[in-house]
Amino acid sequence: MDAFKNWVARSGMGSILILALLIMVVFPLTMDIFRLNLVGKYLTYAFVAVGLVMLWGYGGILSLGQGVFFGLGGYMMAMFLKLEASDPEATKIQSTPGIPDFMDWNQLTELPIWWQPFHSFSFTVLAVVAVPMILAFIVSFAMFKRRVGGVYFAIITQAVALILTVLIIGQQGYTGGVNGITDLKTLMGWDIRDDSSKYVLYFVNAGLLIGVILLCRWIQMSKLGTLLLAMRDKEDRVRFSGYDVSMFKVFAFVLAAGISAIGGAMFTLQVGFMSPSFVGIVPSIEMVIFAAVGGRMSLVGAVYGALLVNFGKTYFSESAPDLWLFLMAALFIGVVLAFPNGLAGLYESHVKPWLSRRKSSPPAPSMEAPASSAHTPKTAPESSLPKGVQGQSA
Amino acid sequence: MSNTDFVLAIEDLTVSFDGFKAIDNLTLYVDRGELRVIIGPNGAGKTTLLDLICGKTKASGGSIKFKNQEMTKLAEHKIVRAGVGRKFQTPSIYENLSVFKNLEVSFPSGRSVLGALGFRCTDEVKERVQSVASEIGLADALDMEAGLLSHGQKQWLEIGMLLMQEPELLMLDEPIAGMSVRERELTADLLQRICKGRSVIVIEHDMDFVKRIAHKVTVMHQGKILAEGSMEKVQADPKVIDVYLGH
Repeated sequence: MDAFKNWVARSGMGSILILALLIMVVFPLTMDIFRLNLVGKYLTYAFVAVGLVMLWGYGGILSLGQGVFFGLGGYMMAMFLKLEASDPEATKIQSTPGIPDFMDWNQLTELPIWWQPFHSFSFTVLAVVAVPMILAFIVSFAMFKRRVGGVYFAIITQAVALILTVLIIGQQGYTGGVNGITDLKTLMGWDIRDDSSKYVLYFVNAGLLIGVILLCRWIQMSKLGTLLLAMRDKEDRVRFSGYDVSMFKVFAFVLAAGISAIGGAMFTLQVGFMSPSFVGIVPSIEMVIFAAVGGRMSLVGAVYGALLVNFGKTYFSESAPDLWLFLMAALFIGVVLAFPNGLAGLYESHVKPWLSRRKSSPPAPSMEAPASSAHTPKTAPESSLPKGVQGQSA
Repeated sequence: MSNTDFVLAIEDLTVSFDGFKAIDNLTLYVDRGELRVIIGPNGAGKTTLLDLICGKTKASGGSIKFKNQEMTKLAEHKIVRAGVGRKFQTPSIYENLSVFKNLEVSFPSGRSVLGALGFRCTDEVKERVQSVASEIGLADALDMEAGLLSHGQKQWLEIGMLLMQEPELLMLDEPIAGMSVRERELTADLLQRICKGRSVIVIEHDMDFVKRIAHKVTVMHQGKILAEGSMEKVQADPKVIDVYLGH
């Protein structure tokens, strides 16, 4: 029993369980479908933040281009849905029926060859994860083998984000341009727009997120997790202990890319469109903010960070439309200055000692292990959740 | 270059940084089971020599053969895997990890990405960690965060991390820098123990310490070898006296 308790405390299972309860039970019970769908959207960003915990927190590699992988995952899911929405019957008023509407507007007369495989759902699911991981592998292998790191790597990821945005916007006939891919309706005949399917998608998304967190936790507890931490501290020592440091960095980058892409695909399914505004530099930096606010060493913290920042964003953009960007910036700077380890760090340094003090004081009743992390932040966003938020930018 | 019986054979090694020859046509052989100390004034190229052997710096010319295998073209981690361990001048340990983890990470298995994912801390690993920890006098500190160790203990820990890999050639860059007298003695004993069954190269300035441990001493000056031999012979060499006292 003690061994089990130890394992729970060491593995952080308690905090993951609390998070699972919160997003799978508490939120669905207390929110209507509109708000739940909104939370679902925030949780898709949490995938990227979780990936950043592995990449940035553990691996020490800052990427300012995670939007690329989120976007790629989202776009590929959108391509599949768009093809399904563009059957010849529904598009018979077009000059070329059977191709997506934006292609028709751009005088394309047939479906480009690289769109063809996205008729298949199984191919799409595979590609959603595989394509971003392959791209991440190529970029990071080229960089890390040449020992490019730190700020230089961050700048290169920014460049990739910019290139992809420009490419998507410029190739309007193939990508839908600046509007993105819109008007998505069904997934293999199943309408994704009605309330019941939104519930299903929310739970699929939440389940995937918990699954991804468990996977990352397992990696963190393996020797690979230890090595990532070791590399962050003393890269040369790891290299001269016989490890090919660059391949471990490539692994972290590819892992984060794959996770982000799953989030992107779930975003498309839940929100019903995908556009270049989720690919570029600004959204990529925002995703780093989620991880920083939540605590870049904490997987569950990253999820709370994504939720809190996005609730804040919704709230600020409604209550102070002209100032909200500045308020967001102030929140970020404030968090980084005051609690460099984010909400999870705040929990570790303040709440946990307080809990154990209470526990050890004589009259206090014995509480369950304080392994549950980041209990605190969740109340704040919930109470500040604004009603009727719509069309806020992200 | 012919094959030799030496564990390490360096021949005509040269490296130049922007025309400055930090190592200049250097030839050096190290025997199996030998403890070699390299001394020399600052800027003589001692650390650069270790950098070249372990692959941190790439040679401009010449050859480095470890057990008759050419090392100059190999990647750093491959040189380590071939059996060369290197301790850095400033203690280079993972401060945020426990002493146990520091040693465990240095265990030579699960070195690929997938290998590291599947790595399990078996009894064999635990035993090795235990035995190395008692060798370096840190058996009681296994659960301690490495950053909290004293300076001398950090130096020992790094030596221990190298011992985990069981290298055939161990290179130590100023292992007793910043140590107390007592710690120096313990380190000298440690070095004498660990050079059994492997070759060790030590860079050191402290002449008493050198006298105590060295089998053979190499004196470097301006990227070249000035003298080589026993401590007494080297100390009596007029060229060496000139370099150390003349300028």
